[in-house]
Amino acid sequence: MEKIDARPRVRVPRTAAPDEVVQIRTMATHPMENGHRLDRDGSTVPRHIIHRFTCTFNGETVIDMEVGPSVSANPFIEFDARVPESGTFAFAWHDDNGDVYEATADITVS
Amino acid sequence: MRIHRRTLLASMGAATAAFAAPAVIGQTRPRVVVIGGGSGGATAARYLARDSDGALDVVLVEPTRTYYTCYFSNLYLGGFWGLADLGHSYGTLAARHGINVIHDWATGVDRDAQTVTLAGGAVLDYDRLVLSPGIDFVEDSVPGWSVTAQNRMPHAYKAGSQTELLKAQVENMREGGVFAMVAPPNPYRCPPGPYERISMVAHVLSERNPTAKILIVDPKESFSKQALFEEGWARHYPGMIERVGPDFGADNVSVDPEAMTIDIDGMLEEVDVCNVIPAQKAGRIAEIAGLTNEAGWAPVVPANMKSRMDDRIHVLGDASAQGDMPKSGFSANSQAKVAANAIRHELLEARLFPARYSNTCWSLIADDDGVKVGASYEPTEEKIASVDSFISQTGEDAELRRQTYEESIGWYNGIVADMFS
Repeated sequence: MEKIDARPRVRVPRTAAPDEVVQIRTMATHPMENGHRLDRDGSTVPRHIIHRFTCTFNGETVIDMEVGPSVSANPFIEFDARVPESGTFAFAWHDDNGDVYEATADITVS
Repeated sequence: MRIHRRTLLASMGAATAAFAAPAVIGQTRPRVVVIGGGSGGATAARYLARDSDGALDVVLVEPTRTYYTCYFSNLYLGGFWGLADLGHSYGTLAARHGINVIHDWATGVDRDAQTVTLAGGAVLDYDRLVLSPGIDFVEDSVPGWSVTAQNRMPHAYKAGSQTELLKAQVENMREGGVFAMVAPPNPYRCPPGPYERISMVAHVLSERNPTAKILIVDPKESFSKQALFEEGWARHYPGMIERVGPDFGADNVSVDPEAMTIDIDGMLEEVDVCNVIPAQKAGRIAEIAGLTNEAGWAPVVPANMKSRMDDRIHVLGDASAQGDMPKSGFSANSQAKVAANAIRHELLEARLFPARYSNTCWSLIADDDGVKVGASYEPTEEKIASVDSFISQTGEDAELRRQTYEESIGWYNGIVADMFS
C-alpha cells in the first residue's frame, strides 16, 4: 500500500480551568479509499483507510475509536475531554498500511 | 509630420464614411464618463457609443494601456493560456467607436458639480457617471501582509505583473516545497477563482515538482463548486492538497513575509510560496465618491444598476452590492448592458428594455476537465435575484468536461470581443 503524507492536525485549547470540559478537533489528510470504488478502467480501487484513532491524556485513554470505510476522505474527528490537570494529549491515526501518524498537544490547567 | 488642411479633411471624410455620422455634433451632446475599463466599464462604454450613433460623448477613464483579464489568468498560471492572450488594448474603442479613452486615474468625484477629477489634473463634466472600478483590498485583513510585501507574497488577484510573478514562484519552488494560499472571506471577486488557481498550481506541480504540497488556509466553512473541486483534486492530484478551515483557526491568520511563515491561530506553518488573497471592498474611487456602505461595497438599484445614493451614477461589477450575482466579469458585462440601455433611455429617449441578467463561471480543474456554475437573474425591489441556476455534476464523463472547457474558451473570445472590438 502506498505511503500517505497524512499531515495530522489537532486543535486543543492552550489553557483550561481544573476539570473543565474542552473541545478537541483533529484532522488527517487521507484518501480513505473504501474498497468499493471503481477507477476509470472499471477495476476496483483497493481499500486503504485509517482504521483506528486514539487519544490519550498523560497516558490515560481518552478515546479509542474504530474507523470504518464509510468515513470520508480527510477524516475530521471532534470530541470533548475533561481535563483534571496540566499535561499532554497524544493522538494516533492507524493506517491500513501499518503506518501510525502521531501528534501531541500540551494544555496548562490553572 | 506636417498635416495639410486638405489631407486632414480628406482623412476626416474617409473616417466619417466608415461609420454612421453623428446625430448630434458639438458640445450639446450629453457626456457619459465611465471610470474603469474592465468587463463592466469597457462594455458600458462600447454599448453607449455603439448604440447612440455619436449622440453621446463617451469618455472612458482607465489607467492601464493594456487590460489583462483576471478570468483565464489562472489558466496562464497552469500553462494553458498565454500572457499575451490575456492582454487587450483600447485602440478599437477609440478608433471605431469614437470613445475618448483617457489613460489616467480618477482621483475625485464631485457629485454636486457633476465632475470627475483625474490624477493628471483634468476635470471632466458629466451628465451621467458610470463607476466600474473593480476591487481594492481591505487593509490589514491579513495582518503582516500589505502591498509593500506583495512581491514576497503575491496576491495575483488583479491580473498582470502579479500573475507573472506568482507563476515564476510556483515554477521555481524548491523540490518538495509547500505552496500556500490564504483564501479570502466572502464576498470577493470570482468565487471559484482561488480554487481554480489551486487546481492550476497543482497541475504545474504534479508535472514539475510532484512531491510538493499545497496548503489552503481558508476562513470560510465552504466554497464555490466545492464538491466538484474536491472530487477533481482527489482524482488528478491525490494527496497533494490540504485545506484548513475555520475549524482549525483559519479565520485567525497572520503572515510574516520575511520569514515566509503563516500563523494559523497560533500554529506556525513554514511555506515556500505564499499567495495571499486579502479581504476585498469596492475600488477606492467608489468610496471617495461616497457611494459605499459599511461593508465597503456600493449598493445599487436592481432594475438599472444606479447607485442608491445618486441617481446620476451607475455602479457596475465587482464594486456593486446588488444581491445574488457573483462578482465576475460575466456579471459585470451583463450589468453594463442594462446600465447602458437605462442611460440611453434617460439621455436620448431610447427604448427601455426590462433588465435581465445572467452569469456563468467556468473553472478548469485539470487538462480538459472544465466545470461551470451559472444562473439567470431578475431585479426585485430589494435585490438582483437568481431565478434559475445550473451547476456541473460530480462524476460527469470526460467528454462532457472537455466540452465545458471548450465552451469556456468560446465565452472568453466572446466577452473580450464584446468589450474591445
